[in-house]
Amino acid sequence: MATLTAVDAPARTTTIRDAIRDTLRSEMQRDSRVVLLGEDIGAYGGSYAVTRGLVDEFGVERVRDTPIAESAIVGAAVGAAMGGLRPVAELMTTNIALVAIDQIVNHAAKLRHMFGDQFGAPVVIRMVNGWGQLAATHSQSFDAWFAHVPGLHVVAPSSPADAAGLLRTAMRGEDPVIFIEHSRQYAQKGAAAEADHMVPFGSARLVRSGSDVTLVAYSYCVPMAEAAADRLAAEGISAEVLDLRSLRPLDRAALVDSVRRTHRVVCVEESWRSFGVGAEVSATLQELAFDELDAPVGRVAAREVPMPYSKPLEAACLPGIDDIVAAVLAQIS
Amino acid sequence: MVFALSRESTAPNVVPAAVADLDLWDVLRAMLRVRRFEELAGQSYAAGKVGGFLHLAIGEEAVCVGATSVLAPSDHLLTHYRDHGWALMRGMDSGRCMAELFGKATGVSGGRGGSMHFADARRRMWGGYAIVGGHLTLATGLAWAARVQEPGTIVCAVFGEGASNIGEFHEAANLAATWNLPILFLCENNGFGMGTRSARAAAVPEVARRAAAYGMPAWQVDGMDVRDVVAGMREACAFVRSGEGPAILEAHTYRFRGHSMADPELYRDKAEVEEMKARDPLAGVVASLRAIDSARVDEITAEVEAEMQAAVAFAESSPFPDVATLEDGIVARPDGLTRSAR
Repeated sequence: MATLTAVDAPARTTTIRDAIRDTLRSEMQRDSRVVLLGEDIGAYGGSYAVTRGLVDEFGVERVRDTPIAESAIVGAAVGAAMGGLRPVAELMTTNIALVAIDQIVNHAAKLRHMFGDQFGAPVVIRMVNGWGQLAATHSQSFDAWFAHVPGLHVVAPSSPADAAGLLRTAMRGEDPVIFIEHSRQYAQKGAAAEADHMVPFGSARLVRSGSDVTLVAYSYCVPMAEAAADRLAAEGISAEVLDLRSLRPLDRAALVDSVRRTHRVVCVEESWRSFGVGAEVSATLQELAFDELDAPVGRVAAREVPMPYSKPLEAACLPGIDDIVAAVLAQIS
Repeated sequence: MVFALSRESTAPNVVPAAVADLDLWDVLRAMLRVRRFEELAGQSYAAGKVGGFLHLAIGEEAVCVGATSVLAPSDHLLTHYRDHGWALMRGMDSGRCMAELFGKATGVSGGRGGSMHFADARRRMWGGYAIVGGHLTLATGLAWAARVQEPGTIVCAVFGEGASNIGEFHEAANLAATWNLPILFLCENNGFGMGTRSARAAAVPEVARRAAAYGMPAWQVDGMDVRDVVAGMREACAFVRSGEGPAILEAHTYRFRGHSMADPELYRDKAEVEEMKARDPLAGVVASLRAIDSARVDEITAEVEAEMQAAVAFAESSPFPDVATLEDGIVARPDGLTRSAR
């Protein structure tokens, strides 16, 4: 169920990057079985500096640099999990997760069920979505692909507190978790979570209440949806913003609750529209809340092209605040 | 004959196979159990009791029997999908293994896995794996965990020579050597990747020779001779257990049956199969023991027959899984919390 975040004055602000690092550190301090592995996560400090300093604190056996061999990274993580460690694998970007897709889909997701629930693969696979003139092979997100697979948990935080809470749940859990980060969100600030904060999966977060339309988003699209809600407010339209936080499991009850209040929905995602998260949200609402909808569910997503390098072309591919506002106005007018 | 390859060299040295202490009576019983299990599995498949893919290893028994006799119970084992013999030799119950083939609730994997996915975590038999080579990187992780938590424990990762041509093998070998992990990569080289003779698929068909590329030592043994397998395993396991890093052991063997039950075997001469059958590892052991005590051979044969007939009966009489349990055991809990937090 959706929960409204506490409105108490935050004791401390932090960034998503620091929230992830602090959670990794505190869990490593708490549980000696926790190990990290990935490309350049040690001496280099991580491509996005998430793991900086951890190798000095915990040593090279627990913070292992790997060859550039993503199948081996994920396979070793899954095997280590079978053997009793609690590995957190870092994949430098989501794009290279494709190299490890066999290990993720055929092994991590399957072991528990395929072997009759004798053992699972309690492994966290962190990966980074994002873009920035990186062209076609380095600007993708495959959240919907992973969310398609039974046996995986798929979560994507949009705030430091959720980053900490979702990661801690992932690290203490018993099954594989695809933990999606966003390169353009690492420096985003927000209230720091309390120590030991955990966010159960399958629970969306009501970011702001509204009465005219629900903007459904996750990850980097949440602040975008909030900005769109501000613009809409200036035009007298009250937009609710729902952060899914977890794609698998999906908080279908929160979607239904929200549409009962607003009767209109626009889903915002950064990947291609076809067969995407918005498609699942739309299908869910027509199945579970058909009579509550006053308009077809809107989808704001990326243009369906391999991402080009040139800046104006790239900008034209990506969904933006204008697109969200336009989608809402198209429903209301 | 056992050949040893040093880390630096690809030229094998001959090592005398010294296994005077090997109890051939134990070997006989083990090989008979694997052989009869598989023969009855094949018959059950033909009778429509077993579905899907069924890959029999008849002819290859000396490898699993010899290799597992050298492993410690605390060592970890993962195998390719031709896994029945490995599971039995790891101590898994023949009835529950047969029930898995029949898709029954009492199967070793609850009827979820079938022939290619026998596992028993308590026996550290982490399963048969059906994506060729995919389990070799899992082995690196298990070895990492073993080194951290239980030094002296090793991982035995069994694969076919066909898997040595896929990237996972090379990623796993490189990681294992770079991280100095306690893994024995055990290649069960039966000469064919499905129906493609290895010389047509591999630039270097002798898998042991690939070890030098990763700074690993390797041993080559005659996989049709259990004494050779045991001798090679003892040397290779001792090396890996010493903490010096991973190694490869390549056992040259031959499967008498097709790749799976659906294989018409158009790719090899029947004469070749007959020639290899003259080297049947089980027949060799039977012949040498009959010369010592023929009645005891018959006795053991009868005991094994009774066990395997009982296994089939158990599988037959077991219930299918309740469809109401279909979605059990996919994840521990949908909300990601631990079961104990319930």
